[in-house]
Amino acid sequence: MTNGMVIVGGGMAGARAIVNLRASGYEGAITLVGEETLLPYDRPPLSKAMITDEQEPQPAWLLDESMLVSLNATVLRGVRAKSIDRASKTLHLEDGVSLSYEKLLIATGAKPRRLTLPGGELGYTLRDYADGDHLRNRIRNSAAVAIIGGGFIGLEVAASARKLGAAVTVIEAQPRILMRGVPQEIADVVHARHEAAGVAMQVGTGLSAIEIDGVVLADGRKIKADIVIAGIGATPQTALAEQAGLAVDNGITCDATLRTADADIFAAGDCCSFPHQLFGNKRMRLEAWRNATDQANVATENMLGGSKAYTAVPWFWSDQHDLSLQIAGVPGDGVETVRRQLSDQAFIIFHRDASGRLVGASGIGPGNSIARDVKLAEMLIARSAAPASAALADASVGLKSLLKG
Amino acid sequence: MAQWIEACGKDDIDEEDVMRFDHGGKTYAIYRSPDDKFYATDGLCTHEKIHLADGLVMDNIIECPKHNGRFDYRTGEAKGAPVCINLKTYPVKVDGGKVLIDVG
Ligand SMILES: Cc1cc2nc3c(=O)[nH]c(=O)nc-3n(C[C@H](O)[C@H](O)[C@H](O)COP(=O)(O)OP(=O)(O)OC[C@H]3O[C@@H](n4cnc5c(N)ncnc54)[C@H](O)[C@@H]3O)c2cc1C
Ligand code: FES
Repeated sequence: MTNGMVIVGGGMAGARAIVNLRASGYEGAITLVGEETLLPYDRPPLSKAMITDEQEPQPAWLLDESMLVSLNATVLRGVRAKSIDRASKTLHLEDGVSLSYEKLLIATGAKPRRLTLPGGELGYTLRDYADGDHLRNRIRNSAAVAIIGGGFIGLEVAASARKLGAAVTVIEAQPRILMRGVPQEIADVVHARHEAAGVAMQVGTGLSAIEIDGVVLADGRKIKADIVIAGIGATPQTALAEQAGLAVDNGITCDATLRTADADIFAAGDCCSFPHQLFGNKRMRLEAWRNATDQANVATENMLGGSKAYTAVPWFWSDQHDLSLQIAGVPGDGVETVRRQLSDQAFIIFHRDASGRLVGASGIGPGNSIARDVKLAEMLIARSAAPASAALADASVGLKSLLKG
Repeated sequence: MAQWIEACGKDDIDEEDVMRFDHGGKTYAIYRSPDDKFYATDGLCTHEKIHLADGLVMDNIIECPKHNGRFDYRTGEAKGAPVCINLKTYPVKVDGGKVLIDVG
């Protein structure tokens, strides 16, 4: 008797894996091991509605007890997987329990990086529901909030805290916010929107220490804050794979089918490093919600004997104030940009590589104004299309016509 | 009881596209399919109440602009995560150049 398909990590990828194993017709045992005490829930609301909603928040469940009953899956909660014995195909848990697996999916996600400077332990981070609940209450009782890091999570929390009326300062060491993966023109719009909302934006500013009543900047200035929140990136959770002798390369090294070097072990989601066939087999690791879903779908299909490559176009969204930003593809692979203005406040930057191929699209605008065109761009990227710049730039030329042309 | 309301003109919507229509405190989405038929559903996604009219219509599918939830707009059927609740649909008829929906 084995425990069948075993999944480590009850986040988006782990939850999705259960659902897709059943949807694919698998009838054997499914066991998920998750170190969190809650059933799988959705993380994106944690930096948004979770903080701002007037009503007492509730986790946005991805699976509930009744769904687990109908899916006939076992979820072991509040316990960490400690080690893998590959020879006997056994997963050892911290509480002494061992599970034998037919196939194992590692979906351990990522954990926030902590500040290492003096007083760094005073900075809060945001990854799980307990963090979100804590920040919600702390921000509501704080006159001043300091946020370290102008990345997506920091900026979303800044917008949420500002909405609640706190004085908010964002401190970013790089010369601008959203340095990683977001074109300057879009980062500029985000920056200006935060300033218009009253957020004090300190870019190109180093830190020297965190203190109980605020942060000390590298130039000696002190910014008073009742709470300091760090959004300085996340580290993939690879310890389990490393311990088992599996390769790690900024994430658990997988092939295009999301399989590790061990034919019975797969990875999906924020912890997974894979070569992307659509982008010259460049190895990447994505921290994005849809990636976690799609990779879980592909990995489980392959756990059941398939050999499908994961080729979905990377896609990410972020909501800040009244603006939504969406990024499809790999903007960083572009050497040339083309701008399409959709309305006064909404535009898309297309990224083309040296051969003219569309490799990325970054859009920003109020509400969902850019969603449709980013979606069409994503479909063009998936087809390795190389539309003419003039057509991309001209908002009167429907992107759908380029797709069909 | 049937209650036919004029939603828009036939030519207000392109083929394979969608339009928002608000009436009586509710919001609807009106679709024109690639084979030139008209359909109507609730206007808000069943996942997080986002206006579907900002989404993309491809063939018989409307894709939500927020997290790409997909529905068959002819039947309202939710086509998988993150949407699991079907959309309500409404009868539609075209009369002259006008598109009417039954909100009754
Ligand atoms: C605040 C916040 C806001 C976000 N907003 C957006 C957004 O707007 N748009 C977007 O595209 N993406 C967003 N994301 C990213 C998205 O939520 C992640 O990409 C997604 O959650 C990844 O899913 P996952 O299953 O790979 O990892 P996770 O969701 O991190 O789940 C991994 C799980 O594994 C558990 N685990 C780890 N190690 C072990 C072990 N050894 N044993 C047992 N369990 C273990 C962890 O505790 C965790 O529960 C956001 C993330 C956060 C934190
Ligand atoms: S709001 Fe429509 S898919 Fe989430």
